[in-house]
Amino acid sequence: MSEGVKFYQIGSRAVGNRLLDESLRTGQASPDRQNTLNSGHRACQGCGEALGARYVVDAAFRAAKGKLIAVNGTGCLEVFSTPYPESSWQLPWLHSLFANAASVASGVAAALKATGRDDIRVLAQGGDGATVDIGLAAVSGMFERNDDVLYVCYDNQAYMNTGVQRSGATPPAARTATTEAVGPRPGNLFGAGKDMPRIAMAHEISYVATATVAELHDLEAKVEKAMSLRGARYLHVLVPCPLGWGSAPADTIRLARLAQRSGLFPVYEAENGEVTSTLPIRGQVPVEDYLRPQKRFAHLFGDRPDTEVLSRLQLLADRNIARFGLLPEEVH
Amino acid sequence: MRQQVEGSRAIAQAVAWCRPAVVPAYPITPQTHIVEAVGAMAKEGTLSPCEYLTVESEFSAMSAAIGASATGARTYTATASQGLLFMAEALYNAAGLGLPIVMTVANRAIGAPINIWNDHSDSMSQRDAGWVQLYAEDNQAAVGLHVVAFRLAEELSVPVMVCVDGFVLTHAFEPIELPGQELVDAYLPPYHPRQLLDPEEPVTIGAMVGPEAFTEVRYLAHHQLLQANDRFPALAGEYAAVSGQRLSALSAYAVEGARTVVVALGSVCGTIKDAVDELDASIGVLALTLYRPFPAAAVRAALSGADHVIVLERAFAPGAGGVVSADVRAALAGLPARVSTVVAGLGGRAVTKASVQTLLAQAEEGRLGELSFLDLRTDLVDRELGRRDDVHRTGPHASHLLRETGVPSTRIG
Repeated sequence: MSEGVKFYQIGSRAVGNRLLDESLRTGQASPDRQNTLNSGHRACQGCGEALGARYVVDAAFRAAKGKLIAVNGTGCLEVFSTPYPESSWQLPWLHSLFANAASVASGVAAALKATGRDDIRVLAQGGDGATVDIGLAAVSGMFERNDDVLYVCYDNQAYMNTGVQRSGATPPAARTATTEAVGPRPGNLFGAGKDMPRIAMAHEISYVATATVAELHDLEAKVEKAMSLRGARYLHVLVPCPLGWGSAPADTIRLARLAQRSGLFPVYEAENGEVTSTLPIRGQVPVEDYLRPQKRFAHLFGDRPDTEVLSRLQLLADRNIARFGLLPEEVH
Repeated sequence: MRQQVEGSRAIAQAVAWCRPAVVPAYPITPQTHIVEAVGAMAKEGTLSPCEYLTVESEFSAMSAAIGASATGARTYTATASQGLLFMAEALYNAAGLGLPIVMTVANRAIGAPINIWNDHSDSMSQRDAGWVQLYAEDNQAAVGLHVVAFRLAEELSVPVMVCVDGFVLTHAFEPIELPGQELVDAYLPPYHPRQLLDPEEPVTIGAMVGPEAFTEVRYLAHHQLLQANDRFPALAGEYAAVSGQRLSALSAYAVEGARTVVVALGSVCGTIKDAVDELDASIGVLALTLYRPFPAAAVRAALSGADHVIVLERAFAPGAGGVVSADVRAALAGLPARVSTVVAGLGGRAVTKASVQTLLAQAEEGRLGELSFLDLRTDLVDRELGRRDDVHRTGPHASHLLRETGVPSTRIG
């Protein structure tokens, strides 16, 4: 959507909202924005998930013309948004359990269909633990049945709500409370971890997309695209977590951007199991640039950087770049 | 209308007449015939509107039921045994959220060892999940209980489990008086939820509650469940008035003046009544239909004249003893009656009239202790215990016991 616009902010290369045509500006710039996830919640400073969720739910809410029901798995988003007796949610919202957001949402969609109210749309949300680990069967079942649900995974790459334990989405070498930076192989093991967007694609559902909180226009556009379709849809959003990543709250956007620009987190869209678009890497960075500001990777640096592990991580980024063609010649 | 029909089929038909709008289903023996029949009716359109969801697990079946019920749809599912345990987390959640889901449990044992046959271990394990539990004595009762269950669930906004003995009832063909659509429609009004996910009036359901109010929330759930002690008999009475089929929270058979009373749940009650009929002794039978909430006052009143109460249980608590017995003992506190627990019919072992009569003879002779196991093969057990003393690596019990018995079959009689 930013193609043809020549103005870039210094350093970031992101298109500034003020420089865009009014019709292209983020919905968050509007004084009439919905704030479906209202202020006053208890998220940490610099929480990527709170930012991502606000953009996602607001965009979905706009697309559904206010007729939207949200289902939430247990996790940070659920906990920080509903401290009894308060709630930040300005839309009908249901939290049941950790592992079942997808199947609860399937039930909501079925009820709407059976009672003739399927003008109301359904959004399910969960963290990476809820999605790729404990709730994977439910998510896969919802995909396979093609239930009319947009499922959004906010991926901060570990169980942050319980105190930063490893999940199936934790990257190799990352330190967590259950993959300590000790012993001959500090941090998380290589070869483990689930590539959930590609698992979703294998279900050949109508729409799968990845996004980060560094590219909020892109995120909004993907939510709009997803909401223009029916059936099972999946959106995987990388949301840096200052607490779990050991990063400065002010660096949340920067880290999300570096994750994409290093190639470690490929941003793309897929329809019916085929990749249809990618967000090209502009200004590629080595993985070190992304890893170094995060304390969870601190054991790779210091006096004697662990060049072997760093090069293995670079290989992962390179493989993503090759697989999705993230460095086309023309954007170098 | 009176029909010669399989229990599962009759239950499915009764459920369909209740017009559930969403039915998430997952197969597990012995409840499969029920969800198969409901699914066929949804697919052919005789049950409409109805969304029939073939989910990937029992956990998702109950989860989808939670979502559907909170969205204002009358919701039904069925399960058994391991399936009920697999949905345990969601059972507590459905009750905690106060969602009036109705579910059939086709009672079956829990492994290990894996066993597909009938006992009450499954539903008894979930007695504290916050659901109303109703136990059907026969298929005629099962049909009526399902219709009343929807009315009760929706009036109180609590989930209701209708427990039906697997195979013994679910797979039995017998003549059953079926109520018909018109009668059910007249009895069961459309679902008007007490809480609803509605964009016109957005609410947050399932928020976190801390120490400041958690006790109060749980108390309210208890209070709500207790209402069923009054409301189930009242609603069952209304059903009896329109259908002619009597249902009650507990039914006393020859209890008046009886010195010994056998308390039981489910299909075994029929056998016990038959056994008692042939004996020349002062023995009554108290069949419990309503088990949660536990109708303590009614049980106490019914058993107040008895000297000896025998609770015949199709489940037990390893390391403790009886499950139902604990409730019965609490209900009889301060009364002189002695309570014996008899664990019977585990994993499909037939509870025969002859076995029950032997048991009752022992009771009459004062030889029935606090806890006993009906028809326990003590020879097998003793040999296995002896082997345990001799060798450390005993291997799995099950294979030893089967080797001893010769054939892996259910012993009858």
